[in-house]
This record gives sequence, structure tokens and C-alpha cells, in this order.
Amino acid sequence: MIRLEKRPQPSRAWSLATPLVAVLATMLFGGVLFAVLGKDPVEAIRTIFWEPLFGEFAFYYRPQLLVKGAPLVLIAIGLSLGFRAGIWNIGAEGQYIIGALTGAGVGLAFYPMEAFYIFPLMVLAGALGGWAWAMIPAILKTRFGTNEILVSLMLVYVAEQLLASMSLGLLKNPEGFGFPGSRNLQQYDSAHNAELIAGTGMHWGVVAALIAVIFAYVLLNRHMLGFQIRLTGEAPRAAKFAGVNPPRLILFCLGISGALAGLAGLFEVAGPAGQVSIDFNVGYGFTAIIVAFLGRLHPVGILLAGGLMALTYIGGDIAQGNLGLPAAAIQVFQGMLLFFLLALDLLTNYRIAIGKPEAA
Amino acid sequence: MDLSAINPVLLVASLMVAATPILLAAIGELVVEKAGVLNLGVEGMMIVGAIAGFATAVETGSPLFGFLISAFAGAALSLLFVIMTQVALANQVASGLALTLFGLGLSALMGQSYVGIKPPQLGQIHLPVLSDLPVVGQILFSHDIILYFGIALTAAVWAVLKYTRVGLILRAVGENHDAAHALGYKVVRIRILAILFGGACAGLGGAYISLIRVPQWTEGMTAGVGWIALALVVFASWKPWRALLGAYLFGGVTVVQLNLQAAGVAIPVEYLAMSPYLITILVLVMLSADKSSAPAALGRIFHASR
Amino acid sequence: MSHPPLLTLSGLTKAYPGVVANDQVSLTIGEGEVHALLGENGAGKSTLVKMIYGLVKPDSGTMTLRGTPYEPGEPREARADGIAMVFQHFSLFDALNVAENIALGMENPPPMRDLAARIREVSEAYGLPLDPFRTVGDLSAGERQRVEIIRCLLQDPKLLIMDEPTSVLTPQEVEILFQTLRKLKSEGTSILYISHKLEEIRALCDHATILRLGKNVGECVPAETSARDMAELMVGTTLQTPERHARDVGEVILDISGLSVASPSEFGTALKNLHLTVRRGEILGIGGVAGNGQDELLSVLSGEITTAADAVKFDGKAIGQMGPNARRALGVLAAPEERLGHAAAPDMSLTENALLTGAAREGLAQNGFLKWGAAKEFAETIIKAFDVRTPGPANAARSLSGGNLQKFVIGREVLQRPEVLVVNQPTWGVDAAAAAAIRQALLDLAAGGAAVICISQDLDELMEISDNFAALNEGRLSAPRPAVDLTVDEIGLMMGGSHGMEVAH
Repeated sequence: MIRLEKRPQPSRAWSLATPLVAVLATMLFGGVLFAVLGKDPVEAIRTIFWEPLFGEFAFYYRPQLLVKGAPLVLIAIGLSLGFRAGIWNIGAEGQYIIGALTGAGVGLAFYPMEAFYIFPLMVLAGALGGWAWAMIPAILKTRFGTNEILVSLMLVYVAEQLLASMSLGLLKNPEGFGFPGSRNLQQYDSAHNAELIAGTGMHWGVVAALIAVIFAYVLLNRHMLGFQIRLTGEAPRAAKFAGVNPPRLILFCLGISGALAGLAGLFEVAGPAGQVSIDFNVGYGFTAIIVAFLGRLHPVGILLAGGLMALTYIGGDIAQGNLGLPAAAIQVFQGMLLFFLLALDLLTNYRIAIGKPEAA
Repeated sequence: MDLSAINPVLLVASLMVAATPILLAAIGELVVEKAGVLNLGVEGMMIVGAIAGFATAVETGSPLFGFLISAFAGAALSLLFVIMTQVALANQVASGLALTLFGLGLSALMGQSYVGIKPPQLGQIHLPVLSDLPVVGQILFSHDIILYFGIALTAAVWAVLKYTRVGLILRAVGENHDAAHALGYKVVRIRILAILFGGACAGLGGAYISLIRVPQWTEGMTAGVGWIALALVVFASWKPWRALLGAYLFGGVTVVQLNLQAAGVAIPVEYLAMSPYLITILVLVMLSADKSSAPAALGRIFHASR
Repeated sequence: MSHPPLLTLSGLTKAYPGVVANDQVSLTIGEGEVHALLGENGAGKSTLVKMIYGLVKPDSGTMTLRGTPYEPGEPREARADGIAMVFQHFSLFDALNVAENIALGMENPPPMRDLAARIREVSEAYGLPLDPFRTVGDLSAGERQRVEIIRCLLQDPKLLIMDEPTSVLTPQEVEILFQTLRKLKSEGTSILYISHKLEEIRALCDHATILRLGKNVGECVPAETSARDMAELMVGTTLQTPERHARDVGEVILDISGLSVASPSEFGTALKNLHLTVRRGEILGIGGVAGNGQDELLSVLSGEITTAADAVKFDGKAIGQMGPNARRALGVLAAPEERLGHAAAPDMSLTENALLTGAAREGLAQNGFLKWGAAKEFAETIIKAFDVRTPGPANAARSLSGGNLQKFVIGREVLQRPEVLVVNQPTWGVDAAAAAAIRQALLDLAAGGAAVICISQDLDELMEISDNFAALNEGRLSAPRPAVDLTVDEIGLMMGGSHGMEVAH
């Protein structure tokens, strides 16, 4: 007979091991999935995890790792703060879009003027845009007790419509021959989030992501506010007893995650993507949820998880080209990873006992 | 703009069609939440149901069989949620999100070769006399069988919850799982059954979108209907008839905005298209103050220790 | 007397990881007998009755019911065999009505209307009036217990198990309950009565079995045994009563006047027009049956619920609108009833839990940045000063036993040198040694000039340590009176008397 026994305290070893075990289990079951799709599983796994790092064209893919990883880490860091406190912002995709719109909007407003302050202003506008979008669920939650999960998610669809409207209307490139989409910011020096060192993929977004990791680490481990965030997630009543002001915490967590998602959107639109277009968003806001959990809501973990998830994106692209693996298979693969991770988390707090319990 | 292009009879009839997927999913989730479980994976289960039902209908030529399989598919996916939350005791919010993300990917994978195909049609029922009535006949008595099934299901869930022992036990489990356990009820087993029921309903709702409402398959075609269904359960204060009312309200908003788009109203299409989501938020705000009817154990993890 | 005993347990053993809850426990309950199961918290009483009720399976040992082997796989089977149980906690559904609650505890409940009529009939017969259609969440603690008792009585049980039934009753209500139980006994029903209150057992029970650390350590006839002897069997050592030094009572330090607040929770109790004053060096005991506003009163004092500014005054200063940390800075500290999840975060380490309330007064943070070293030291100080049994401050709060965690929680506040300390149920679920240590700490604190408000449902405890006594009843506080010359009857009346119960006829 198999039973679960609650551990007297959480196991540190399992807490560190579960993400690794989850990745291995996902590789195994992902391999089965690929085999069912008629692909060589070993080859597919190798292509996804090995090719971008050490393959023939790694010099091209490695910078991509930073490009894809940075927005994921940036967003996931913000989400993780809220998740730790039991505040569920799942609308980061919307905040990402709005950040890109406000940031790009500010940049385009200055076009064609060249000035050093344009890009910093865009960064500010992007962060503010994402922040403001996240303030909607935050204020509705603190004022009316509205569920932030549903509101933030609904706002993703609203943001997507706004994005479409903007790329067809207000922000449309007047010289774009009627095609939807804004001017290309890559061709506008003052607004371009260019590579800081050519050929490395290193842009301001990567820098921002690293700063966010350090900031979150210090906040959670060394600061009262971080302690209050963790306390609220662990025991909301104890948090209140300890003097935490729940509405303020909600505003802070949703606000910061919105601002970080907005920043990610701005860096993307001004850099790798280059323009506001209908299909600008590719789901980073949702994948970041996986990244946050895979990193165990820990800043350093998120950094690693963001890298891993970026790897599956790039490797998935390669596998799509080389092996004809469908893009959706990678999405399933990522979903699977989250499943295994959450399920295996059990082992941190419970131990599995087989047979009759023995007296100690 | 030409508002006269909008035919009120067709409008009401199509409102009922637009409401049905939301209703099916919401009724399923209502039962799940009454048992004290919050499954945020409705969207994922719907979209998997949508493609499973669609593919089955295309391959077998039988839409009804497609619906049956969609219910199985939704329930099968919810089984993952069962493993996560009832066996592995994982956080229900995170597990629900995982289910949605996974379902979206899985459905895209399953649906690759079905894009652009027309499914076989499920005929409308025809009742002698009733269906031929002017106006009323077209609005009320000329729909497909699943639409009526949705209404019947609402009635059934209402009656079961209110009048039967099964309903009483389900509510008890959602209210206080420790007490239910102490009285000897199988909390986990009851919750598993509720989750599977919710999955089947969501699957049906998804298939209704791909087989009847649209009808074709495109990736991500549920477009948030699953989330709206979740909001609807709150809106309905966990009461089946109010869920029906809410579903018709949302169906109405959707249909009206589509009709306005077609009529060429001066509001840009994108703003019309975002209206159902904005109205969902608005309704949530208006009704969130009163949480008294929420099941007390909603979302809490149950582990029978000693 | 030739007929066989109703229930015989022999050699029942049940082990959990790290602890043997029951070790070779045997006892015999005769027909129509009221049998007491006596023991401290953690002695294994709950595990034993859960085995009888089919909630837990014994590892070894046998049970015999009227001469036939009895092995209930689940409570359903136990009920079918005529065994019913009134739980101490966790068995009512707040949002459902009385009749629905009762139906849930029956195998084949009649249709609602018939059931409601039966409930009325039985409740009248036993002097426990109940409206079948009231929502259980709105009932008082005593009424809720009636629901459980009626639920059992409707099944004509042969054995009724009662787990600490009097902890939620006023002395008057206890008397009525005893009459009901005696009536049941006269009708031939056996009762297994679980308690640690010795006087009750002496008044009611025919026979007693005493458990200590999972083992059967003795049996006696309570009426012929002194309370002191039973206590020593139960605890294992001679108990020392806390020392009480003469104290000087100083000037008023905390003053509440005209305080009314709604409860933050749906089925909570609103506080109505509360007045109280506490002086330096005074211990004010606040009694009352559970659910009469105790949690709310603590929250109002700790600052978790804020009120009109001058409804609560500390040293003449209006503090009603201050949050918990502002009050801590002044010296108003509190320790809530619920240890896990309110007073302490279960999954966090003791160091982090020390930080939870200690940050301001102990200087554990500077400009918002945490001083982990200082926090760890503070945790170690608490552990040492209050003899908290744990490997170290890095251990999670949930790994501690109830008594040890409670010592940590009380110690954390006491060591912060409070001016006013408010505690709710300071020794609930705590073993006797730890309870004595905690009471001593409260007495010492008052002797040092602090004011202590002790909210408790344990009247013996309140009589032991308080100078003045007041009672909460439905959110209203009685006028405080000196504790020394109060009689049990007077206390009972302050707590609201019998709350409309009738004597069984």
C-alpha cells in the first residue's frame, strides 16, 4: 500500500532536485510524444537541447538564447513575486503588449528627431504602460474584491484587440504602403534597442533581466517587503498579524510584475521585433508562468529556467526546420514540463511510504 | 451603417447558440467548484474537446459521435488535473493554468491536418407544429439537440444539487472537507468524479464551438470562452439558473457585437470585439462584493492525515 | 450482572511515523455505563476513538461488540453497528441548515420534511430545542453541539462517544448536558466520555480509563478517587501549581470604551459596545464559550482590526486606528489562539517566525533590510528561555509539537517586554507541563508591571491566574469582577447562563 506522509518540514534536497527530475521526465515523455508523431525521439531531444548550444550553427543560436530568454526572465521575475504572495497575475501577456505599445508610441511620437533621451523615455513609458495595465486588476481587487486571475486574463484579450487596432490605425506606418504595422524602430537610431555588443544578442533587455534577478533576490532574502511577500503566501492570517497591509501588497506585486512585463514588451518591440504588428506577441507572458514555476519562484532558479525555456524555443525552431516537428509539439512539451514540476513538488512536502507504517 | 440588416429573430436564435458553449462549460465548472475544487483549466479542456469532437465528426461523419468523444476528451484531460491536485496535492491555481497551457498546445498539435475543413452538420430538430410557429418556432424550437441538452443539464444539475442526497454530499464536501471526511464520506473520490464531470462538460462546450457555432477548426478558437465560463460561475453565485441567465447575457453581447460589426457601425471592429471581455470584467466587479455563496473549502488542499 | 459488556478493546495499537499513538490499549465498556477516557493532550484519546468509529484502522489488537468481532472499515459501518460520535471539531457544515447537517450523518435519512419533524420531536424530548431550518453557521457553539448530539440520537445509538463536549459550554449548559446524558444512560445507552476535566468526570462517569503517552496507565471509579490522584495518573508527575506573588496594581494602561465592530468573517461575531480597563500589574481574565467574539477581541487589540481612534486608548493615547506594528512599537503585544497560520507561519523557520512580530521591538530590521543574525539570536533566546524542544532555530514551525510551539509563541511576545500583552487560549491543546510554564510566564510578566489580558475558555486557568474576570457573550463583555470571590454559578451567568436550553424531562 502506498501512502503519503507529510514531512515535518520541507525537504531542501527535493526542493532542488524536483526541477531536474521534472526536466528528465519531460524529456522521456516528450520523446514518447515525438515518437508517436513519427520522429526519432533521440534525434529530436538532441536537436532541441544540444543543437542550439553546441551544434554547427551554435554561433548563431547562442545569442538567440539571450534574446528569447531575457523577456521570459524579466516577466517571470515579476510574476514570481506575486505568485509567492498568492497574488495571481496571469495577464502578463497583456501587460507585455501594452508596454510595447506605450513604449513604441513614445518613440514614434518623436520620429524623426534624434536625441539621446528618447530611448530612456521609451523605457519609462513601457514600464508605466505595463504597470498601468496591471493596476486595473490590482485596483479592482483591492476595491471590490474582484478575482485578479480572471480580470488580468480578460485584459489580455482586450490588449490583443488594442494591438490590432494600433497596428491598423494610430501607429500604422504612414509610409508602409497600407500594410498593417508601425515604422520599424530598428531603422530609427534613437529608439532602437540595439545589441550592446554586436553578435552576442546582448541588448538592454538582457541587462534589465539580470538587474531584475538581483533586485528580486535582495528583496526576497534581505528586505522586510520580501519577507512580507513570502509570509503572505505561506500564511495570510499570520501576515496580517505581522502587520502586512494586504491591499498595499497586492498593488505592489501586481504593479511590479506589470512594469517588468511592460519593459519586456518595450525591449522586444524596440529591438528584436522592431515594430508594432498584429502578431507581435508570441506568448512570452504565458510561457513566463512556466518559467516562474520551473525556477521554483526563486530568482536564480528563474534565471536558469528562463535559459532552459529559451533553449526549447530555439531548439524547437530548429527541430521544426530539420525534422518537421510541429511547433505545437514544443508547446505541449513545455506544458508537460510544468505538469511534472508541479506534481513532483509533492516530494518536497510529503514522503511516499510503502507498506505499513513503522513506529520510530 | 445599416441596422435594419439585423434580424431580431435570427439575433435571438443565434444568441442561444452563442450562449451554449459558455453554459456547458460553466455548469461543469459549477459542479466542480461546489465540490470545493477550483479548476482553471476550463479553457484547455474546451479546446481539446473542440478538436477531439471536430476530428471525430470529420472522420466518422457523425457529429453526435463527435460530441460524445469530445466529452471523453475533456474528461481525459481533466484526469491530469485530478492526478495533479487530488493525488499529488499540487496547488490548484497553478495546476489549472498548466492544464490550459498544455491543452492549447495539445489541441494545436492534434488539429494540424484539420484546418480549413468543414465538419458534417448536426441537423436541427424539427417538431411538428411547434417549429413552424412564427417567430417563436424559429427562436425556441429550431435548434440542434445539444443546445437543448445544455438547458436540460442546467435543470438536472439544479435539481440534483437542491433535492438529492448526492447533491447534499457534494455540497458538504465543498463546504468542509474535514467534516465530510470525519463523517466517512470519500472526499477525494467525490471530487474526482466532479472534476471528470466538469471536464466532460467543458469538452462538450468546446465541440459545440468547433462543430456548430463556427463551424470549423482554427488554433486557439475558444478565445477565452473557458475563462468567461469561469467568471460566469462567480457571476452566478454558484447557482445553475443564474449561470443560464449569465450565459445568455454573454451570448447576447457576443452576438450583438458581431451583428454591429456586420452592420458597419462606426465603432472600430477591434473595440467591438473586446466588448465581451470588458463586460465580463464589469460584471465581475459588480458581483464580487458578495462571496457568501462561495463553497467554503474552494481551492483548499485536502489531505487526510490522522 | 451476567450480560456481556457492550464493547471490549484489547491490545489496540496504532503507530504513526515517529510516534506510537496507542500502545496495547485495552478497555471495557458495559451496557448503560458512562465510561470516561481520561488523558492529557497527545495522550492518544483521539486516535483511540477514531479507531472505534472506523476512521482509523488499528495496526494490531481486537475489538469486540456484544461478543462478536467488530472491525469497522469506515464510519458508516460503525454507525450501522450503533456507534455514534459527537466531535470536538470539524464535523458541521456552516453553510448548510440543521436538517441537512443531520441528514449527512445518517445512513438512510427520511425525506426532509419528516426529518425536520423528527428533529423537533427528539430535541424537545431531550431538552435541546433546535430549529431544523436554521443555518448552522449562525448558531452558537452550544447550539452547534446540540446539532451533533441530535444527529447521534436520531440513530438510537448503543454507544455514544463524546469528545471533550463541555469545552464549548457554560457551567449551566454543562449541567443540562449532564442531565441529558443521565437520561440516555437510564434508557440503556452507553457513553464513552472523553475529557481532561476531572471534576466533570467525577460527577458523571461510572468508570474511567486513563491514558498517558498512548498507554493505558490505570483505571478507577471516579466517584471513589480524588481528583488529585487522577491528575497524577494522567500527568505522571506531581503537578506544581504556579506561584503567585502579591502584586501592586498600578494605573490604568489600556482603556477600551464603547467599542463596536463587525466581524471580518461571515459567521463571526460582532463586538457590541465593549468597555474594559486594565491596570499595570493586573491580569484580566476573559472567559466565554468559543465563538462569542474572542477572535474579534484579540484582533481589535492586536491592531488587525482597526476601529475609531479613541475606542482603544493606551496610556491615554488613542490607538484604535493603529496597525499591529505601530502598536508593537508602543508595547501592546498579542498572541492569537491559532498557532499554525495565525501566530506562526507553519512552513517558515523559527528564525523567520521570530522576525514575524519581533522586527520592531528587537531591532531585527534596519531601513527595511533584515538582520538575519539578530533574528536568529532572538529565536535562540526564546528557545532557551522557554525551554522549547527543537533541534534549532532553522527548523520549521510545523515540526514542533503544539506545546513547544505555543511556548515559542508566548515566549516571543513575553521576551519583547510588553506593556500590555493580550493572549487568546494560551494553553489550548498544550500538555500540562508546558501549560504550567506558560501560566507562570504570564504571572511573572504581570508581577513585573505589565498588564495582561488572558482570553480563555478554560475557567480553571482563568481562576488560577486572573485578578479580575469578565466574560464574553455574543460579542458583549460583562463588567469585570474580582476573581477571588466568584462562584461557578456566577461565572456561568456572566457567560450567558444556559442560552435557552431546558433541563431534560
